[in-house]
Amino acid sequence: MTRLAVPKTYKLYIGGKFPRSESGRVYEILSSKGAFLANAAQGSRKDARDAVVAARAAFPGWSGATGYNRGQVLYRIAELLEGRRAQFIDEIRQSEGVPAVAAARQVDAAIDVWVWYAGWADKYLQVAGNGNPVSGPYFNISTPEPTGVVAIVAPQQSSLLGLVSVLAPAILSGNTVVLIASEKFALSAISLTEVLATSDVPGGVVNVLTGSAAEIAPWLASHADVNALDLAGAEALDWISLQVSAADTLKRVLAPESGVPAPSVERVTFFTETKTIWHTKALI
Amino acid sequence: MTIDRAVALAPAQRATDLIGGDLTEKSLRLHLEGLPGVDAVGLEARAAALGTRSIKTTSKAWALDKIIELIDLTTLEGADTPGKISSLVAKAMTPDASDPSTPRVAAVCVYGDMVPYAVAALGSSHSAGRDDGINVAAVATAFPSGRASLPVKIADTKDAVAAGADEIDMVIDRGAFLSGSYGLVFDQIVAVKEACRREDGTYAHLKVILETGELNTYDNVRRASWLAILAGGDFIKTSTGKVSPAATLPVTLLMLQVVADWYRLTGGASGGQRIGVKPAGGIRTSKDAIKYLVTVAETVGEEWLQPHLFRFGASSLLNDVLLQRQKLTTGHYSGPDYVTMD
Repeated sequence: MTRLAVPKTYKLYIGGKFPRSESGRVYEILSSKGAFLANAAQGSRKDARDAVVAARAAFPGWSGATGYNRGQVLYRIAELLEGRRAQFIDEIRQSEGVPAVAAARQVDAAIDVWVWYAGWADKYLQVAGNGNPVSGPYFNISTPEPTGVVAIVAPQQSSLLGLVSVLAPAILSGNTVVLIASEKFALSAISLTEVLATSDVPGGVVNVLTGSAAEIAPWLASHADVNALDLAGAEALDWISLQVSAADTLKRVLAPESGVPAPSVERVTFFTETKTIWHTKALI
Repeated sequence: MTIDRAVALAPAQRATDLIGGDLTEKSLRLHLEGLPGVDAVGLEARAAALGTRSIKTTSKAWALDKIIELIDLTTLEGADTPGKISSLVAKAMTPDASDPSTPRVAAVCVYGDMVPYAVAALGSSHSAGRDDGINVAAVATAFPSGRASLPVKIADTKDAVAAGADEIDMVIDRGAFLSGSYGLVFDQIVAVKEACRREDGTYAHLKVILETGELNTYDNVRRASWLAILAGGDFIKTSTGKVSPAATLPVTLLMLQVVADWYRLTGGASGGQRIGVKPAGGIRTSKDAIKYLVTVAETVGEEWLQPHLFRFGASSLLNDVLLQRQKLTTGHYSGPDYVTMD
């Protein structure tokens, strides 16, 4: 007896839940050879709006956790990724059309990047913060703090590695994220949300929208409750006008990069604000 | 079972007109318990259906402004201070400083002892009987529980009216209502209504809070609504906001139906009495508030969508409406950093 396979219809990931797009639209994710792989939700501006609300609500809790705690949460995600290795390899192989070996290499690299960034969670403060020298009876201390809600356009030409390379540096410092996944290679992003949903990351810290970045990104760029914009995968978009509308609300904006951004502490510190405070020394 | 007292109740014009000259506990009970029961399933289905209307841009812009005009901007906290009242009043007068075209709210709603500060902060913007300007509403009668003796409740009310309150939000004695002492509740409303009388013979508007979250059944809500109207209430209000559930769409729909019945009963278009309705508590988003506007328009008619006849008791609702309004005027989504904190 032949068995009819059950193809999966994927949904968005907003506030720790998997809602359908408010618009009710879906689009087909095709393999590199043009075969049908899955239906994914095509996110709209209203989904982006809901995602920002969820990200804002999650911000106090996530940014209030200690760096050590966030690091542990991120390590655990790496463990879960490792457990789903076969699934990620399979999805990358189908959608990118690369051999299994190359797909495995990408998954390994992604997990390594994730662990590399997780390690920074309780260390970037020491690198980016400083005790400033002053000529007075007080301390002067500068310390980086997460900037808030970061909207990210994920690299469009990489399934998992590109995604991880922009997501991990944004959330490890305590920011919450609204991420527009690669439109063509959305499978890995969707599987990552299933990992996140079963991990210790609080709902709303990472929100993933699938669909057209050209359609959604302008709404996030002009959204007054978004604090920063990572245009890593926006090379093909009119990203200058995105920068212009982001300037209206003084957002931090990272310009597009071709390919996958290399791991760097600068990506972490870019989405932070430096707070400088003074404190008296003991009065003798 | 309680024993009927054959005592005459305080005269209230509406009740004597409807029930007859010899108004007693018994005749009042016979009337209230003779009201038809509420079809709960039908009521909830109707409310749910009214909540599914799709409101498009121009209607939405109209609705948002209308909602602001209907808001009783409220602060009822133990931690209220004169400073907090004056910032509330500032927000009532200028809800959105970045857009002067934003309408003002209908009233500010505060505790009785804060009325003088609200009146002072409003200054010439205080309506004080005029049609324009902002009203000061005070909660009275041992809000929110209503657990005090009648003289205390009356003194509470008189105090607020003397201080300049234009509207009194009283709570009914839910304990008495639930134990069947309708006459007691009725008498108290009549007495408080009398306490709303100013020296010049005019009355402060009386809103009667039913606290529907404690009345348990829709039948009770219908009875309490009739009771409050018969005793002379100008407005019937769902909740104090201190009890969960507070205002819900089905309960508000039910109260609006009572108001529509009363309007028809007293003459309809030829001089019928219009009673106001105020849902309060738990309405936090523009989306929710628009559902209420639809319900009012569909149940009693659009003429009810004016501050004399419909109000929202809310505090955080205003900020959400302002965010939606900014979205419509600027074309991009706004954020909580662009409205004042409460």
